[in-house]
Amino acid sequence: MADQTYRFDSVAEVREGLRSVDYLSDEGIAGIVYLADRLGKPILVEGPAGTGKTQLAKSVAEMSGARLIRLQCYEGLDESKALFEWNYKKQLLRIQAERGDGNAWEQIEDDIFSDEFLLTRPLLEAITADDPVVLLIDEVDRVEVETEALLLEILSDYQVSIPELGTIVAKQIPLVFLTSNNTRELSEALKRRCLFLHVDYPDLEREKEIVLTKVPDITDSLADQVARIVRSIRQLELKKAPSVSETIDWARTLLLLGIEHVDAETAKATINILLKYQSDITKAVRELDQEHGTIQKASAGK
Amino acid sequence: MTDLHPERAAGEAMTELLAGFIQELRQAGLPVSLTENLDAMQAVKHIPLEDREAFKYALAATLVKNNTHWRAFETVFEVYFSLRGSQFRMGDGGDDALAQLLEELEQQEEMQGDGPRNGSGGGESMTPEEIAEMLYKALQRGDDALMRAVARQAVRRFAGMEPGRPVGGTYYLYRTLRNLDLDAVLEKLMNQARQDSPEALSPLEERLEHDEYQSRIDQLKKEIEGEIRRALVADRGVEAMARTLRKPLPEDVDFMHASREEMASLRKAIYPLTRKLAVRLARKRRHGRKGPLDFRNTVRHSLSYGGVPAEPKFKYPRPTKPEIFVIADISGSVASFARFTLHLVYAISGQFSKVRAFVFIDGLDEVTRLFEGVDDIAEAVHRVNTEADVVWVDGHSDYGHAFEVFWQRYGKEISAKTTVMILGDARNNYHASQAWVLKEIEKRARHLYWLNPEPRSYWDTGDSIVGEYANHCNGTFECRNLRQLEKFVDYLA
Repeated sequence: MADQTYRFDSVAEVREGLRSVDYLSDEGIAGIVYLADRLGKPILVEGPAGTGKTQLAKSVAEMSGARLIRLQCYEGLDESKALFEWNYKKQLLRIQAERGDGNAWEQIEDDIFSDEFLLTRPLLEAITADDPVVLLIDEVDRVEVETEALLLEILSDYQVSIPELGTIVAKQIPLVFLTSNNTRELSEALKRRCLFLHVDYPDLEREKEIVLTKVPDITDSLADQVARIVRSIRQLELKKAPSVSETIDWARTLLLLGIEHVDAETAKATINILLKYQSDITKAVRELDQEHGTIQKASAGK
Repeated sequence: MTDLHPERAAGEAMTELLAGFIQELRQAGLPVSLTENLDAMQAVKHIPLEDREAFKYALAATLVKNNTHWRAFETVFEVYFSLRGSQFRMGDGGDDALAQLLEELEQQEEMQGDGPRNGSGGGESMTPEEIAEMLYKALQRGDDALMRAVARQAVRRFAGMEPGRPVGGTYYLYRTLRNLDLDAVLEKLMNQARQDSPEALSPLEERLEHDEYQSRIDQLKKEIEGEIRRALVADRGVEAMARTLRKPLPEDVDFMHASREEMASLRKAIYPLTRKLAVRLARKRRHGRKGPLDFRNTVRHSLSYGGVPAEPKFKYPRPTKPEIFVIADISGSVASFARFTLHLVYAISGQFSKVRAFVFIDGLDEVTRLFEGVDDIAEAVHRVNTEADVVWVDGHSDYGHAFEVFWQRYGKEISAKTTVMILGDARNNYHASQAWVLKEIEKRARHLYWLNPEPRSYWDTGDSIVGEYANHCNGTFECRNLRQLEKFVDYLA
């Protein structure tokens, strides 16, 4: 371990790097990415949809010039899709081709269970890669609890055991990101092996900055307004609060419509970009329309 | 021992400190495993100790694996590392940090420059007017450092803290906030904003301004809280303080005794919980146990293997969805419990073939219609509490009468597919129990469950007659917090 080289020298470097690829991180995000590199541990990223969990992995890959290997999880994902599979057809061909040569069975058996007949799937590919890679295991909460166990060996020891071949140990420790939308509690065993990062909606300043970076033509004042309105909407009790990506979409829309100043009317007309449930839209429109309770009182008292 | 290497000594001190910290986290209910403990020790080695925020995140990333536990973690962290200040050092580190803060404060004051000042060194005592002025400025500018300074001054001036006085932090917080009168400040800020803008503010702009100042005020409150906590820790010591601040995790908060703040956190916790439950239940239904061999299906699939039944197929049993009747006591004492249960049951109503809800105090009313076609369950629950006709005589719980009414009106609609859930503490105010109704229900229904929000040790004390009803139920459950409720609903579906 002594000769291991780290990818990053400091938290600030991570932060700058992420910024250079248009991902605005905060202290927590950058700190944990840095730590994951130092400790050689995977990061479990959790948080509401659309807060840039997957984007974080992509951006880290981009900034460190690594290849991104992605495993999209879904119900019914199994070993042969995630880890490795034997290439049965090729094996069959090999057996048939050798039949006439009178080779001993043992020899053929040795032959057909070798690297040549192994199909690597994302997880195996990530640890056998020679070039630097970032492994993204997306929406890990979608697989069943039993399937989670498949991940444990690779996450803690960076190795894969193949019964016929033995254990394949990683040539280098890849940066691993797991994302979860928290639709179910992940197993303790999995959580224990990871660093935990909760990504929440950004605060006002950061959101404004994100809008400014992602929508280059937008004016500073419009970005500020967008961020403020979104913050107000998030404070309502909604089924689904607007995500960062929706904020960006909204900002783009306003820009395309040539709007420079958002008033209640334009906000109401375009709110369906921010909110996707009819009940949420109704509620938000109602709220935006009426003045805040305390203010009403205040102005009545004047 | 004197020639011990200083670095190693510091390392050991750190280990000890972390051990205490983790012990406290466990006491607060956070599940911290040994591996996580070791990870935390590793992690802090890579983090520059002066960087308090980075240090906090490093610990959080390794120790806290559930976002709902974040608050508990933060509290313990603040208590444990509050006196160690921005320069994390053992022993006398605290004093340095304090001195530094004081200096910072003085600079702030100098920068502040305007207005009368009585010139006492270190800003020992400012007049209330000065503090109010500073507060107003700090909030208007949204200057973090200034706000911290104001918080510090305000606590010193208003909280009236006396060493050794056995009062909780909330008392001091209340005193400080009362003197600052933040509502009036907010109003003043809003008026200023109105004057500053060239034309009249539209409602939307008003709202945005308001939200902006509100968030600054919230931050100020946090600073004040932190300030009080620091002072208390200095006075009473870390362990004692951590003990008094220990709060149950959201899933362990008792429904019956939740404070308003805890209620808010419970309401927030319930939505993700329902989503989780729904997903889990749907999965359970799809991937049930393996059933007997499906001969037809197996033969059909054998065709692709030349008639060899290489891939046996099974009949997966499809468990029927139960029909649910919820009968909930919504009298004052248990209302919040009923609210959460209704919320949960309706949120996962997709997992049941039908859900009907009844509420009672001493009369009984069906409220199913309030939930039909409603997107917002919280709203519906609110309407239940205001619109349902549940008072018969005096508005004190009468389980006996409510059950009788239920049996007369709806008894016939209970079928062998129905699961009946009764929510209440069975505190019957010494009325007749009419337990025969439950016996009849039990005969007709598939299951009859009783959920009681009281701790088991209180059952059958005073006017509680849950034991009498329990004789006729298929199960009685103590259901005091979200964790227990979740477990029950999981069991139900």
